[in-house]
Amino acid sequence: MPLELPRVEWATILPETILVVGAMLILLGGALLRRRLPAWVWTVASIIIAAGAMVSAWDLWRRVSHNHQGGAHTAIANAVVVDGFSVYFALLTCGAVILAALMADSYLRRERLNAPEFHVLMLLSASGALLMAAANDLIVIFLGLEVLSIALYVLAGFAQRRAVSREAAMKYFVLGAFSSAIFLYGVALAYGATGSTNLGEIAAFLRASVSTHAVLLGAFAFLIVGLGFKIAAVPFHMWTPDVYQGSPTPVTGFMAAVAKAAGFAALLRIFFSTFGTHRLDWQPLIWALAVLSILVGSVLAVVQTDVKRMLAYSSISHAGYILIGLQAATVRGLAGSLFYLLAYTFMVLGSFGIVTLVARDGDARTGLDAYRGLGQRRPGLALVFTVLLLAQAGVPLTSGFLAKFYVISAAVEAHSYALAIIAMLAAVIAAFFYLRVIVVMYMAGDEADTADADPIRVPFGAGLSLAVSVVATVIIGTILAGPAFDFARHASILRL
Amino acid sequence: MDWAVFVVAGIATLVGALGVVTCRNPVHSALMLVMTLFGIAVLFVEQDAHFLAAVQVIVYAGAVVVLFLFVIMLLGVETNEDLHKDPLRGQRPAAIALGLLMLLEVLLLVRSNWVTGAPSTAGAARSADQTNVEVLSRSLFTRYLLPFEATSVLLLIAVVGAVVLARRPTRAELADINEDDPDLVTAE
Repeated sequence: MPLELPRVEWATILPETILVVGAMLILLGGALLRRRLPAWVWTVASIIIAAGAMVSAWDLWRRVSHNHQGGAHTAIANAVVVDGFSVYFALLTCGAVILAALMADSYLRRERLNAPEFHVLMLLSASGALLMAAANDLIVIFLGLEVLSIALYVLAGFAQRRAVSREAAMKYFVLGAFSSAIFLYGVALAYGATGSTNLGEIAAFLRASVSTHAVLLGAFAFLIVGLGFKIAAVPFHMWTPDVYQGSPTPVTGFMAAVAKAAGFAALLRIFFSTFGTHRLDWQPLIWALAVLSILVGSVLAVVQTDVKRMLAYSSISHAGYILIGLQAATVRGLAGSLFYLLAYTFMVLGSFGIVTLVARDGDARTGLDAYRGLGQRRPGLALVFTVLLLAQAGVPLTSGFLAKFYVISAAVEAHSYALAIIAMLAAVIAAFFYLRVIVVMYMAGDEADTADADPIRVPFGAGLSLAVSVVATVIIGTILAGPAFDFARHASILRL
Repeated sequence: MDWAVFVVAGIATLVGALGVVTCRNPVHSALMLVMTLFGIAVLFVEQDAHFLAAVQVIVYAGAVVVLFLFVIMLLGVETNEDLHKDPLRGQRPAAIALGLLMLLEVLLLVRSNWVTGAPSTAGAARSADQTNVEVLSRSLFTRYLLPFEATSVLLLIAVVGAVVLARRPTRAELADINEDDPDLVTAE
């Protein structure tokens, strides 16, 4: 019997391909070149590759968004799907890679770490995130998850001379592998309950049968637990503070932005689109996760004295807010979650960028004390951090406010009033610890600190990425609010 | 015929498995493991799972056990370790109880007609005109083409990651490390 190979539409996986091939080229270049090139060469290469992937994703976006739903389709034996949703995440991820690469440039030089390998791992990790967002099969989602995570485990331990970094890598690896196994078990149960791992076939099966078999409910639970680890939702958040604190700070920013976005991409696609017909079964679970994440994240962040840890807890509470959009399970909720992820990516990358600069040599000074008097020593840096923190707190005129507004209004529209009220109350608690950092920055610094032998420098790359983050945060919250929300609204999932 | 092959392979598997846990010399244990894995491979062949049998021999008997032997021979084994004391209390009784439970479950599942060695009728290991290997390769190169290729990225990351994490710092880098800082640890 002749073998009929499926058609491989290369254009549909072009962003992923560019990232992987680019990573391999950097790897080859790093290995073959006799002379050690300066670190910035690799940064520029990495940015060009990510920008190339972004351009190809933009081309896909135009194709998908022009004729409504007509452009969206599945490809390569139904393994991937090209729709607004997948392209949206591709653009977001590539943007995060560019910002993180700029941030990492000076960090790698400062800590004398190997630049090529760092960029290779970051690009490969991003390709996993893209694959997760574009996947139309639970197996492809799992492979994307592994590509993303395994590269991140290594990146977490990249500053291997520092014991905390190795500890973070170990912790992340053990718990991450554990959660991947749970996710895989969920995939197996979903296969058992529906007879397929293909999301389209699962959706078709579920539309035909209204029964809620225990195996199917088990699949929901295990898939939520597995992905809950990746997005750091309470009660699966235990690893987050330690890993975020121990990892090299640019990696923390990348991890917080990309791993969370990819986790949400999978979560939204699987539950909102595929299991949408059975929403009454999984909505309570998501409700509980959202409430716990928002409350625990906000309350525990208040007692932190380390800024990196505080930002880790704040990212946990952000995960809770994004879950509100999923809980609503409406088109508006989906758009709210996507808009929140867009705003969050810039806020979190910018914040960790500042932490990178303030931590200085050895990535050591991350305590709240290091920020004392920053307003006098580096007024510009303090101002940028203030804007980013206010955005995270959800102050008007920033993207963070609109993000919270959209998800909460989606919850109100879906009649989840309790959830909306809890979210608003928690935002008030959260405002406290963001404001505390701002107060500390503008308080008079100690004399010993101001006469520091190791002043805070702002290298060009890091400065550029901070500028982009803060400008994006402000204009998405003001001038470009409409177009940005339209962008998120058009990132719809192809209904199979 | 089926029955004879099954009994021989089964005995080899069981003897090997017992040997793994009873041999005093770890190298002998590893070699006993090879016997077990070969026995299982024969059982796979008997069930028409030819691909699985080949993988069993190549990956497990070939690569994994060789890796075990490498580790044993290169690193050596602590000979003065007391094997009669459990690292975790109550480990042995718990293991025996769980093992018996598993055995009971298997017996329950197969009910009465076991030890026949006849090929299984459940599952689609083979169809009328296609062998097991053919069915498997068909799905790998059609339906699962992209996942199959994506695993290669996974392997690439594993290689890069292993190199990054295992690389020793150069002398210049070692000189950078500040001895006074307790946070910094030198690689040996």
